[in-house]
Amino acid sequence: MSEFGALSGTRTLLYKEVLRFWKVSFQTVAAPVLTAVLYLLIFGHVLEDHVKVHGVGYTSFLIPGLVMMSVLQNAFANSSSSLIQSKITGNLVFVLVAPLSHWAWFCAYVGASIVRGVVVGAGVLLVTAWFAPLHVANAAWIVAFTVLGAALMGSLGLVAGLWAEKFDQIAAFQNFIVMPMTFLSGVFYSVKSLPPLAQAVSHLNPFFYMIDGFRHGFFGVSDVSPWTSLAVVAVSLALVCAVCLHLLRIGYKIRH
Amino acid sequence: MPAISFQNVGKTYTSPRGALHALDDVSFDIEPGEFFGLLGPNGAGKTTLISILAGLARATRGKVSVLGHDVVSDFATARRSLGIVPQELVFDPFFSVREALRIQGGYFGVRNNDAWIDELLENLGLADKANANMRQLSGGMKRRVLVAQALVHRPPVIVLDEPTAGVDVELRQTLWQFVARLNKEGHTVLLTTHYLEEAEALCGRIAMLKLGKVVALDRTSALLAGTASTMLRFKMDAPLPPQLVAQSRVTGRIVQITAHDAAEVERILGVLRHAGCVPEDLEIGRADLEDVFLEIMSGAPRARAPLQVAV
Repeated sequence: MSEFGALSGTRTLLYKEVLRFWKVSFQTVAAPVLTAVLYLLIFGHVLEDHVKVHGVGYTSFLIPGLVMMSVLQNAFANSSSSLIQSKITGNLVFVLVAPLSHWAWFCAYVGASIVRGVVVGAGVLLVTAWFAPLHVANAAWIVAFTVLGAALMGSLGLVAGLWAEKFDQIAAFQNFIVMPMTFLSGVFYSVKSLPPLAQAVSHLNPFFYMIDGFRHGFFGVSDVSPWTSLAVVAVSLALVCAVCLHLLRIGYKIRH
Repeated sequence: MPAISFQNVGKTYTSPRGALHALDDVSFDIEPGEFFGLLGPNGAGKTTLISILAGLARATRGKVSVLGHDVVSDFATARRSLGIVPQELVFDPFFSVREALRIQGGYFGVRNNDAWIDELLENLGLADKANANMRQLSGGMKRRVLVAQALVHRPPVIVLDEPTAGVDVELRQTLWQFVARLNKEGHTVLLTTHYLEEAEALCGRIAMLKLGKVVALDRTSALLAGTASTMLRFKMDAPLPPQLVAQSRVTGRIVQITAHDAAEVERILGVLRHAGCVPEDLEIGRADLEDVFLEIMSGAPRARAPLQVAV
C-alpha cells in the first residue's frame, strides 16, 4: 500500500492543483492569453515596420518572447497563489494532515505550475501564430526551456507562497521581482541592442537565458549559445529546488 | 499497544516577548477502542496537543505516536491511522462535496471509494448535498463535510477537536450517534469539547488540561465519584446571603451550591430561610462533570488526588 499510496497521494494533489486552476480557467488561462495578444497588437503595430531582430520581423521576434513570458508568469502565479490562498483560508490543513512527504508536495505543486504554464503558453502561441509566420528550428529546445523555466518559476512560487503571510506580499513578489525581471530579460528586444553596461547586467538575469534559449528553438539564432542558457537555467533550477525542498521538509511557516 | 501515546510532550513558543509554554510534560496513553475526552479551558493547550498529534505542529520535547508509529519519524503511517476533524470551519471553495471527499481520500492513497463516501454522506445527512459546491453550504453542513473528510480513509483513530462548537442540536445528535457507532465498531475516539455534558455522556475516560499540564486523568465515573459531594440547585431573584457566596455558582437566576452531606444541605437552607430568601424549583442532585471541571480548574483540594498517571 505504502509505495502505491504515496504515488497515488502525489497524483491526487497534482490533480487537485490542476483542477483548481482549470475551474477558473477564464481567469487563469484566458486572461493571460488576452494580455499577451494585447502586447503583440500594440508593440507589433508600432514597431513592425521599424525593427528587425535576428533577421526576422518584429512581430515574429516578439511572439516566442511573449509565449515564454506567459509560461513563466503563470507558472509562478499558480503555485504561489494556490498556497497563499490555502494558507489564508485555512484549507491547507487538508493537505497538512495527509501522509504526503515534502517530495510529494514539491512534485504536485510544481507539476501543476508546469501544466498551467504549458497550457497558457500553448494558448498564447495558438492565438498569436495568426499574426506572423513562425518557424520551428528545433522543438527540443522549445520543450526543454518551457519545462525547465516553468519548473523554476513554479518552485519560486512555492517558496514565495510558503514565505508570504498575506496576499499583498505575493503581489509585491510578483510586481517588484518577477515582472521587472521578465520585462528586462529581452522579451521585447534583443539584449544585443543594449549599451554594454545594460547588456552585462542583463546577462546576470536568469530570465534572460530562459527567454533567449526558448527563442533559439524557433529561430536557430540567439544572443548566447542555447547550451549556456541551458546550463544557467539548470543551475538556477537546482538552487531554487534545493531551497524549496528544504523549506517544505522543515514545514517552514506551515507546521508550527 | 496504545492507540495514541503522549510521552513527556512539551511545546514552547518563542516570540520577541518571551517564551510561552503551551504544553509542559504531558504524558498519557489512549487505548484502542476507547472514547477519550480531553477537556480544559481555552488556552489550556488542547488544540496544541492535537496539532502535534496531527503533524500540524511539532513538539519541542517528548514523543507522540499513533498505534506505535511516531508522528515525526514515521509520519506517513501515523497519519494514515488518524482522522482529524479540525476546530476551524475550513473548506476548499473550488470543489463540490463529493470532489472534496474523493480528493481527501486520494491524498491517503484510497481510490474507488464511492461506496464509503455515499455511506458517509448518508450517515451525516449530506446525501442531497453531494454535488453542491462547498461555498453553497451552511456552516452546519460544512462542519458535517469536515467530519466526512476526516473519516474518508477509514482511520482507526478519530480525533474531533470541538466538533460541536456552534452547531445546532440536530447535527450534534446525528454526529454523536454516528461517532458512537464507529466507536462501538472498534474505532478509537479522542474528543475535545466545551460541552461537558457531551463528554460525560460519551467519554469513558477523561484528561483535563490546565495551562499546558494534565491536572486530572481518570475514568469519567471515578472523576464524578471523586467529588463526594451533592449539589443543591434552585432559582432565586434575591442576592445570595454573603456566607454562601464562596461555595456557590450563580448563572443568572440559577444558583448551585456544593453540599457534602444532608447536614450541610440543612444548614444552607437554614441560612437562606434566615436571610428571607425564597428558593424556587429546589432540587438536590449529584455533582456533574461541570462541577468536577470547575473544582479542578479552580485548583480546589479534592477528595482524591487529582493527578493519576495513565492506566
